[in-house]
Amino acid sequence: MALQSLDIVRRSATTLPEPQARGAHTGQVAKLIDVSKCIGCKACQVACMEWNDLRDEVGSCTGQYDNPADLSDQSWTLMRFTEHETAGGDLEWLIRKDGCMHCADPGCLKACPSPGAIVQYANGIVDFHQEHCIGCGYCVTGCPFDVPRISQKDKKAYKCTLCSDRVAVGLEPACVKTCPTGAIEFGTKDDMRQHAAERVEDLKSRGYEQAGLYDPEGVGGTHVMYVLHHADQPQLYAGLPEQPRISPLVGLWKGVAKPLGLLAIVATAAAGFLHYIGIGPNETDEHDEDAARREREKTT
Amino acid sequence: MSALTRRQFLKVTGTTLVGSSLALMGFSPAPALAEVRQFKLARATETRNTCPYCSVACGVLMYGLGDGAKNARPSVFHIEGDPDHPVNRGTLCPKGAALIDFIHSESRLKFPEYRAPGSDTWQRISWDDALERIARLMKADRDANFVAATPEGLTVNRWLTTGMLAASASSNEVGYLTHKVARSFGLLAFDNQARV
Amino acid sequence: MTNHWVDIKNADLVLIMGGNAAEAHPCGFKWVTEAKAHNKAKLIVVDPRFTRSASVADVYAPIRTGTDIVFLGGLINHLLTNDAIQREYVVNYTDLSFIVKDEFAFEQGLYSGYDAGRRSYDKSSWDYAIGEDGYVRTDPTLTDPRCVYSLLKRHYARYTPEMVERVCGTPKDKVLAIWDMIASTATPTRAMTIMYALGWTQHSIGSQMIRTGAMVQLLLGNIGVSGGGMNALRGHSNIQGLTDLGLMSNLLPGYMTLPNQAEQDFEAYIAARAPRPLRPNQLSYWQNYRKFFVSFMKAWWGDAATAENRWAFDYLPKLDKPYDMLQAYELMHQGRMNGYICQGFNPLAAAPNKAKLTAAFSKLKYLVVMDPLATETSEFWKNHGVLHDVDSAAIQTEVFRLPTTCFAEEDGSLTNSSRWLQWHWKGAEPPGEARSDLEIMAGLFVRMRAMYRADGGAFPDPIVNLTWKYARPESPAPEELAREFSGSALKDLADPKDPARIVRKAGEQLAGFAELRDDGSTRSGCWIFCGAWGPTGNLMARRDNADPTGIGQTLNWAFAWPANRRVLYNRASCDVAGQPFDPRRALVAWNGSAWSGADVPDFAAGENPAGGMGPFIMNPEGVARFFARGAMAEGPFPEHYEPFETPLAVNPLSPDQPQALHNPAARVFGDDRAAFGTPDRFPHVATTYRLTEHFHYWTKHVRLNAITQPEQFVEIGAALADELGIANGSRVRVSSNRGEIVAVAMVTKRIRPLTVEGRVVHQVGVPIHWGFLGVAKPGYLANTLTPFVGDANTQTPEFKSFLVRVEKA
Repeated sequence: MALQSLDIVRRSATTLPEPQARGAHTGQVAKLIDVSKCIGCKACQVACMEWNDLRDEVGSCTGQYDNPADLSDQSWTLMRFTEHETAGGDLEWLIRKDGCMHCADPGCLKACPSPGAIVQYANGIVDFHQEHCIGCGYCVTGCPFDVPRISQKDKKAYKCTLCSDRVAVGLEPACVKTCPTGAIEFGTKDDMRQHAAERVEDLKSRGYEQAGLYDPEGVGGTHVMYVLHHADQPQLYAGLPEQPRISPLVGLWKGVAKPLGLLAIVATAAAGFLHYIGIGPNETDEHDEDAARREREKTT
Repeated sequence: MSALTRRQFLKVTGTTLVGSSLALMGFSPAPALAEVRQFKLARATETRNTCPYCSVACGVLMYGLGDGAKNARPSVFHIEGDPDHPVNRGTLCPKGAALIDFIHSESRLKFPEYRAPGSDTWQRISWDDALERIARLMKADRDANFVAATPEGLTVNRWLTTGMLAASASSNEVGYLTHKVARSFGLLAFDNQARV
Repeated sequence: MTNHWVDIKNADLVLIMGGNAAEAHPCGFKWVTEAKAHNKAKLIVVDPRFTRSASVADVYAPIRTGTDIVFLGGLINHLLTNDAIQREYVVNYTDLSFIVKDEFAFEQGLYSGYDAGRRSYDKSSWDYAIGEDGYVRTDPTLTDPRCVYSLLKRHYARYTPEMVERVCGTPKDKVLAIWDMIASTATPTRAMTIMYALGWTQHSIGSQMIRTGAMVQLLLGNIGVSGGGMNALRGHSNIQGLTDLGLMSNLLPGYMTLPNQAEQDFEAYIAARAPRPLRPNQLSYWQNYRKFFVSFMKAWWGDAATAENRWAFDYLPKLDKPYDMLQAYELMHQGRMNGYICQGFNPLAAAPNKAKLTAAFSKLKYLVVMDPLATETSEFWKNHGVLHDVDSAAIQTEVFRLPTTCFAEEDGSLTNSSRWLQWHWKGAEPPGEARSDLEIMAGLFVRMRAMYRADGGAFPDPIVNLTWKYARPESPAPEELAREFSGSALKDLADPKDPARIVRKAGEQLAGFAELRDDGSTRSGCWIFCGAWGPTGNLMARRDNADPTGIGQTLNWAFAWPANRRVLYNRASCDVAGQPFDPRRALVAWNGSAWSGADVPDFAAGENPAGGMGPFIMNPEGVARFFARGAMAEGPFPEHYEPFETPLAVNPLSPDQPQALHNPAARVFGDDRAAFGTPDRFPHVATTYRLTEHFHYWTKHVRLNAITQPEQFVEIGAALADELGIANGSRVRVSSNRGEIVAVAMVTKRIRPLTVEGRVVHQVGVPIHWGFLGVAKPGYLANTLTPFVGDANTQTPEFKSFLVRVEKA
């Protein structure tokens, strides 16, 4: 499935329609992460860095296995470890591979103000094109999974591409190929959903009554899905959101700020430019988020 | 809308400006079509090898610079699992997936080195000087301490004052030759990592 | 491994104990995942720590390190008491029916024949009773009180579930639940595999832990069957190959052994290694020892090895005692060694008691290090601050550091845990002036040989006569060596049944070890590898991954020793009549005239099962041994002894016999005994291990691995951390009676306190991967802490159980 520009179905900050004639007629792609098969070996982290020519810092040990400690412009995926004690007193070591979920309705793309910096392909991959990125950080705000990271080197946003360069020539992503236990699989979204159903059945037979698939509707479903032993409590897995939704701030941008049009743009052009040059990309905090959410509730 | 603070308004609109207004002002590069990164293995030379770490012995594919032409010096730039291998079927663990950084590790030794008695530094020496010096030290020790027979007259032909550890990551061919050489000298204090 | 990696997918139950396959062998562990996903298999993990293997297990049970024989001995008792054994299998394929000598006895932890002064046994009573026909007496009803079954039952009757809970600290309900799961595989249609590694090997009773596991598998009929087996997950890529090739102090290639100095008589040397059958019509394949030995000596010494000089028997050094690594460092420490060569081995990091190693190396005249990477051993003389504090000026050792190629820069074969010899190809040139180990070893040898030829010296014969017919003597090619260890005809070989027919022409490669002869007409440097490079070429380079039966038997992928056989003892997968116990995963079967199937039969190919030949053809009994006879140092049945550093004052199984607290047959050097710590000063039990992100001491030089696990830490249970006031992520000092390290504390629920003999025992985990060189954060060598004592049979150090004290740094 070649990913040429004509296969782009959406691009950020662009109102002109993309070419629509071609489609993913053999199915969109998806990555399925079966948490119950994951041994937390970090081969996916290494393969990701190796394939994408990234090298994160040699950090330090902070008392857990999560290394590096967080996603970054160099670490587009990482394992998050949680020690969980069940009601029965047994220990479970829940290990979740974190990274971009490739939402069908991508908050990052919707939030992005820079034309063509974020695109969505017909096959479902959401990709960042750093040459168009202005480093504003809106994708970070827009992401319900807290995935994109702004590089300290070039002030551009980075995240998992689902190895769009491999998928473009018919290969699976690097993390998928390397996964020793087959905890990460790749295929069409339909095949992955079917495979997930088999896995859920197996887990239920082993006593995980609440096993299930994580493919959240709030973002239109995702092209990275999880099989969870405790699908009723996704937050157990290092805070995987129970009902992810695009941040209300993105709604503000679309619903309120954008109609102000060029008037506002011209009025604040100089200020905005200086703000960016001087301070760097914006960040929102919880206070802003809460305020915005309240606003949105009032106005809609 | 009324309660939207100026701060938030600036945040939403102002940052937007950076892209939009800069584009309007002509700071943006010519509109480029967004393309995925080019696939980097298209014409690389593929060589089949075995992961040197644990005993699963995963098959690996090494991708090298150049096509084997005389003027191209091969250098491996990417490694991934061999999908044909019956055991690993293309997978690699975090060590195997990182092999490229072993090959190119800054700790790779490049030249023979020598440390003189009492010294606190290395000095570079030639292969010939190193091998000649080692062979002389070994022969002197062997000739001085070789035990041909015990006091009771038992033939034993052993050399106990020099020992050797062999490498369990070396190939069978290396191991075989190493054993052949070591025993021909009469070494008994001779082991490999299987001991630990 | 008796079986192989892919075969694990055929298991119904997987027991990981004494190992951590998910972390140490992730890509092999995938076949456990496959067994779970597609064979509805269950996974049991028993380990002192809740590991990443445990994270995907169906059942996990904690255990105090060093007590596995108690857990498994209890299991044997459980299986025998509940008659959960595969009776047809054990009666016909094991020695349970064999009668043992009347003199054999066991009392309070000691077997008959113990000599406390020499810490060793007179093993003459440890044997079967021989009948008037010259064969072992048996009782197929298993009722004779002196039969192995009766003795076994009596021995393990003391290993009750209550005793297991007291000694191992494993909750009794967990113990019984696991035992019942395991007992379910006694039926012929269910198989369990055991996957173990250094978690069993690195104890002073390590060999016997492994034997106990093997005994469990035999009782259940799980040896020789697909999905079963005793699967040693070996650590290094070619640790199997180097062991096969005999690179150990007492070995020759193909598990032949060096003569002891008392063995001056060549015929007696051979006879002792070529035992006659102990039961009627048994193969006792080692009877071919002379063929293997003569062919080996011809490979090494060619025309200089003749019938007249007993095939150059005197060229081989003879042993007066073991010269294993620990013995070598003891001699070095005493100043009795002058030179040492480390080829791709970093003993300063890898051997116990780093302080002793540093002192020992400092007494050498010369040290040669060959390695692709800068190892700690090569810089033992250099001061690295608190991590390695030495006075360079006081160390008079000459050190040579020779750069070698790595895997990517050479051709050759490696033998994996499945016994597969796989060829690999060079893809790049080495950096700088680095050379292959072949070229370095040859470079040393040709120089030595030239000096001996020119100047003479001590016993030059084995050096100047060593076969060295390589196209480039200073740099032999891997292909030349592979052909040599595989083997060829030295003369035209006539068919013994038809002397006019030549079956192999002189110079032709041999197809297998069955073609070896004892008259000097064949050569093979390693008989078990014979055929790897056969008449049709290099079988190690084969790449046909077809699996026609679907059970993972890819017979045309590479070459497996012996004879391309993938599952050892596979004849035992069939009943007495030669038909598979479980037709769903048949390996071989008797078709009325021959054995054939999905594997190469481990049996005489045309032997009718009616003749009663046993499936364990390497044993003179023809069957597998529960009773080890004199093969083990500390006794014919595994018995629990405490680690040399133990939190207990007495062995709960032999409370009145102080000599049975620790392994009574383990060798302990005087200084090392003095360096053992006691629980009053070192109250915490420590164990060392690997993490999945790293490989020993290599990958701290590999940036991608340093990123994923950058800094040294120790794992401490939350209860102990609370008791000591240690916060997660803070720094702690861990000390033993031999030294101390400082590292980050990782406080975890995954190590829980155990109740042992009524009191709480805390275990501490010490990962090994850091050192004073590399791109990862510098750290202490973990073996600063470990005790210098080994298993009584293998002398593998007791890295897995020792005493420390943990405190805030």
